[in-house]
Amino acid sequence: MGIAETPVQGSVVLAHEAGLHARPSVKLTKLAKTFAASIEIAVTTDGPWIDAKSVAKVMAMKAPRNSELLFRAAGADAAAAIAALIDLVNRDFDEAQADA
Amino acid sequence: MPEIWHAGRVASGGIAIGTAFLLPGAPAEQTVSARKTDNPAAEAAALRSALAAAIDDIGALISATAGEAADVLEFQVAMLEDDSLGEPAFAAIADGAAADLAWTAALDAQIADYSASDDDYFKARTADLADMRDRVLRHLRGEAVVSVPAGAILLGDDLTPSLFLSQDWSQGGGIALSKGSASSHVAMLARMRRVPMVVGLSMDISSVATGTPIIVDAEVGRIAISPDAVTRKDSETRRAQVEAELIQAEAFRLKPGRTADGSDIRVLINIAGLADLEQLDPAICDGIGLVRTEFLFPQNGHLPDEEEQFGIYRRMVQWAQGRPVTIRTLDAGGDKPIAGLTIAESNPFLGLRGLRLSLARPDVFKIQLRALCRAAVHGNLKIMLPMVSVPRELEASRQLLEEAISELHLAGIPHARPLLGIMVEVPSTALMPERFAAAFYSIGSNDLTQYTLAAARDLDSVAGLGDASDPAVLKLIANTAAYGWQAGLEVSLCGDAAAETRLVPLLLQAGLRVLSVAPAAVGRVKAAVASIRLA
Repeated sequence: MGIAETPVQGSVVLAHEAGLHARPSVKLTKLAKTFAASIEIAVTTDGPWIDAKSVAKVMAMKAPRNSELLFRAAGADAAAAIAALIDLVNRDFDEAQADA
Repeated sequence: MPEIWHAGRVASGGIAIGTAFLLPGAPAEQTVSARKTDNPAAEAAALRSALAAAIDDIGALISATAGEAADVLEFQVAMLEDDSLGEPAFAAIADGAAADLAWTAALDAQIADYSASDDDYFKARTADLADMRDRVLRHLRGEAVVSVPAGAILLGDDLTPSLFLSQDWSQGGGIALSKGSASSHVAMLARMRRVPMVVGLSMDISSVATGTPIIVDAEVGRIAISPDAVTRKDSETRRAQVEAELIQAEAFRLKPGRTADGSDIRVLINIAGLADLEQLDPAICDGIGLVRTEFLFPQNGHLPDEEEQFGIYRRMVQWAQGRPVTIRTLDAGGDKPIAGLTIAESNPFLGLRGLRLSLARPDVFKIQLRALCRAAVHGNLKIMLPMVSVPRELEASRQLLEEAISELHLAGIPHARPLLGIMVEVPSTALMPERFAAAFYSIGSNDLTQYTLAAARDLDSVAGLGDASDPAVLKLIANTAAYGWQAGLEVSLCGDAAAETRLVPLLLQAGLRVLSVAPAAVGRVKAAVASIRLA
């Protein structure tokens, strides 16, 4: 997947207890797939940048709690996509209480 | 056929009475495919249709489940629907590989990647990936999907999450496994669904025929094959009793531990790893009374490094939200060998085990102490030493702890000095607790019982002697509790005896006010406490 020359970027700290675990990864990739934009995710600015619509790849990052998640997207709805993904992480994937 | 009992470990409590259903093993490993591989396009199509069929299977399961269980399945669907999961397999097929071998290799690579993770959560995903691998493989090979009759007792080496979830447990039933683990995904699901489950049965499962009557006694951790009429009747009575207790316990789980005449009893939990804390509300307990760190040390000779241990201990104290967390240092040896660490002995229970082993291996011990001091910054962490026999062992450990602290100090690494306490499981400590300069005492009733009565825990032939309610054992417990009371030091009990409701009154009468039990037993113990009058 190639990203156009002026991608939209954003970042958020992952507070979820178990890191980017099965359920959070599924929620994140499902949300990413609702956008037409190509979206990539990384844990360091040097990459590797991986497809935020692939749950297998997102899980394989094994991002632990307190990692900074970096997003970049390109396409018509790129800005909305980044905002929605950051909001999902900030809402702790809607599973705040006693849930690991 | 005469009645036969086999002992194992409880993974999920309760009693199940039913007939055996023998689980098939994982699909046989093949290095040569039976498939014709001369047509890559046909192989790719076969894999695609096997993936689609697997997704359909799981979709049907999801419609019949809810909550956490459905989440586990939805994760599998999302993974199977993801093209990148099968990408390496399709690439191998294009190069002439057979679909089944290509798929197995692709998933095995992923499984190896996750099992190498330092993080328990990610490590636990290997079971899900193996489940997906086998499901797709069965479709590729045209093997029948297993269909288990409702209410059956599932008997096998191990059980996959998807088979557990495909089963209708509303009709009863249970699980008995020769391998398996109490911290597996399936064990967690079984505890949530209250399916009685016993693991680690040392028996040849394949010798039991499907249809054989079986009782799974997951209160004690054993199964009966071909039970006679008396055992059956007895088990039915106990099952009804357990169910009544369960309903009562549910009501007590979140209440504080208090006797009928108003004495506060603190109830803490025993855990073996982070997996035990998953889905657990810290409000049910007064803290963690025992972390069995030997289960963090895998059997393959690789010992977890300082960072890995620090991460795990820190997450435990964070979970506890300020409640005390008592972490026991490595208690290997005896019935818990660790390859590359413990040595073979003719009488391991009287050998180099527990703290004796840690003091013999200060290199390994120091790493654990450093990790514990670092995690202590993040909450209320206490260190507990297992199998202490004489005071100089405690003092030698204190010396190592001080060394660890000054090393961390010099390196500028944040740390704190945890309280240092001892387990009371050797009669010498229970007889004269005042000899030890410990900050707290915790009675390990299993070992204290076996050493007091000289009846090995792992020998069925003397199991009748090893009774924690023996007056001699209770006298040692009372002696320790009395010293703690007099010296103003905490004395708790973290052995199996604390979770046995018939023993709880005896333990409180012996002077104990702090009990630590398996998370599943918290409600039951608080309910038992509430019915006791101490005055």
